[in-house]
Amino acid sequence: MKILVCISHVPDTTSKIKFTSDGHSLDKDGVQFVINPYDEFGLTKALQLKEEHGGVVSVITFGDSDVEQTLRKALAIGADDAYRLDGVPNDGIQTSQELAFFIKENEFDLIICGQESIDYNGGIVPGALAANLNLPFINACIGLEINDNVANTVRETDGGKETASANLPIIIAGKKGLVEEKELRIPNMRGIMTARSKTLKVIELSGAKSLSESISFSAPPEKKAVKIISSENIEELVRLLNEESKVI
Amino acid sequence: MVIIYAETWNKKFKKTTFEAVNYGARCSKEIGTEAIAVVFGECDSHLADLGNHGADRIIHIQGIEQFEPFSFATVLSDIAKEFNGKLIIVNGTANGKSLIGVMSSLLSSSAISNVTELPVNYEPINVHRSAFSSKGIEKCSSKSNCTILGIVPNSIGIISLEDIESIIEVRNIISKGKTIFGESQNESGNVPLPEAERVVSAGRGMKGPENWGIITELAEVLNAGTACSKPVSDIGWRPHSEHVGQTGIQINPQLYIAIGISGAIQHLAGVSRSKTIVVINNDPEAPFFKAADYGIIGDAFDVVPRLTEAIKSFQK
Repeated sequence: MKILVCISHVPDTTSKIKFTSDGHSLDKDGVQFVINPYDEFGLTKALQLKEEHGGVVSVITFGDSDVEQTLRKALAIGADDAYRLDGVPNDGIQTSQELAFFIKENEFDLIICGQESIDYNGGIVPGALAANLNLPFINACIGLEINDNVANTVRETDGGKETASANLPIIIAGKKGLVEEKELRIPNMRGIMTARSKTLKVIELSGAKSLSESISFSAPPEKKAVKIISSENIEELVRLLNEESKVI
Repeated sequence: MVIIYAETWNKKFKKTTFEAVNYGARCSKEIGTEAIAVVFGECDSHLADLGNHGADRIIHIQGIEQFEPFSFATVLSDIAKEFNGKLIIVNGTANGKSLIGVMSSLLSSSAISNVTELPVNYEPINVHRSAFSSKGIEKCSSKSNCTILGIVPNSIGIISLEDIESIIEVRNIISKGKTIFGESQNESGNVPLPEAERVVSAGRGMKGPENWGIITELAEVLNAGTACSKPVSDIGWRPHSEHVGQTGIQINPQLYIAIGISGAIQHLAGVSRSKTIVVINNDPEAPFFKAADYGIIGDAFDVVPRLTEAIKSFQK
């Protein structure tokens, strides 16, 4: 089975987010970058499926040479080879088209993305990719098993879950549940050493155009200082929730 | 035209469906066009209720009962083409999020998700959206003739518009799905988190799953959804579907009450859009107090039952 895991290179979840003074982009100064957490669940699932069914796990991302450290990390965790779409993506449509172009040339049985990246929180790429490739699509996927060329999946609904099945190839947009947190793999020394000799191929863009653009970024408004209420005076909290915040 | 996906769940409109229709209707007035709400499958709610929130026309699709991203996205995209759709409005619910990317590709239209306000401009569409897990606000501009907006449930609110006697049109369409969906199963109480107006959430400070009774009691008197922190769902005290935070569910209720949760930056990323935040924690140094509107320093096992009683007395 050939599995492709699409990965985003994103600020670590503990990062303080600041923007450049012109408001055009993220201020990367002092920010650590990691594999997008949603994609990490997908990568581990892909490695488990490879162990079960045999095959190859490839990883791909779209970015300049800075993102190669994140691809190397995926290789150290256990991916067999890596691809970098050489450029800077502007929106989800452009990204999905570049990915689709690559997938058409290379054919995979299973394509796993994260349900969104934790930087731009777009959530556009997996669905757009599925429509572009005319393949079945499961969003917010929290369970995946492959049997005889059929994917049996569980997707999250609002406050519940739902099963769904489709023939391979399929596009999965995954999240926690695809594997559990404790199953996530971290690179060991042997993995880091072997990652150095694995293939990381740079792919030229096909020229897909974005359909939206970022104008500016700003920080959300600051919260007012907290009002501390004595635990002996719970009625005061109820009064404030009613009269000041008007939420009860 | 402005096209709105009027989502149903268990054959009824979701509360957030009215918000999406209202949003679409307000946009259509700004543009000087009409709002079309599209309803799929059997519906026990009154279709006319969508007119009360501004829908000029309602297209009721019969023949497609169960949600499937391709069949729904294809129908919505075909309607957008037929009526020269300028905007398509989709809620950021589980179903809505499954549709937005698929439609953007079917229509070659820009898709802007996580939208928290009405557009700033309409030529081109410029709109603010939440990014970096609520740590940033992005102003985004569409470059295509048609733009799909995914709006964050509960972030816009509903304003009253003139009641409209909507034109209702029924269409029979055969599904063009690619996946076969099986049974649905509900896990978390009666109030789904992404659309809950109030949420009561608890963390490791509760010491064990057997102590959750006081949390669900408080949630019941407030008609709130129940949620939990990541560590609590990771150790299996509560189901994953209750995990709110950066990699869990992002919520923005009117009221969020956090009990025994220290307030790690990843947790705040999922809840900081809540309008009013109450933090109850016995550690005065808990970082969550800095992000709260109201704080009570005290033991949850003492404070929470008394808060439940105080709210009950207030409601009388």
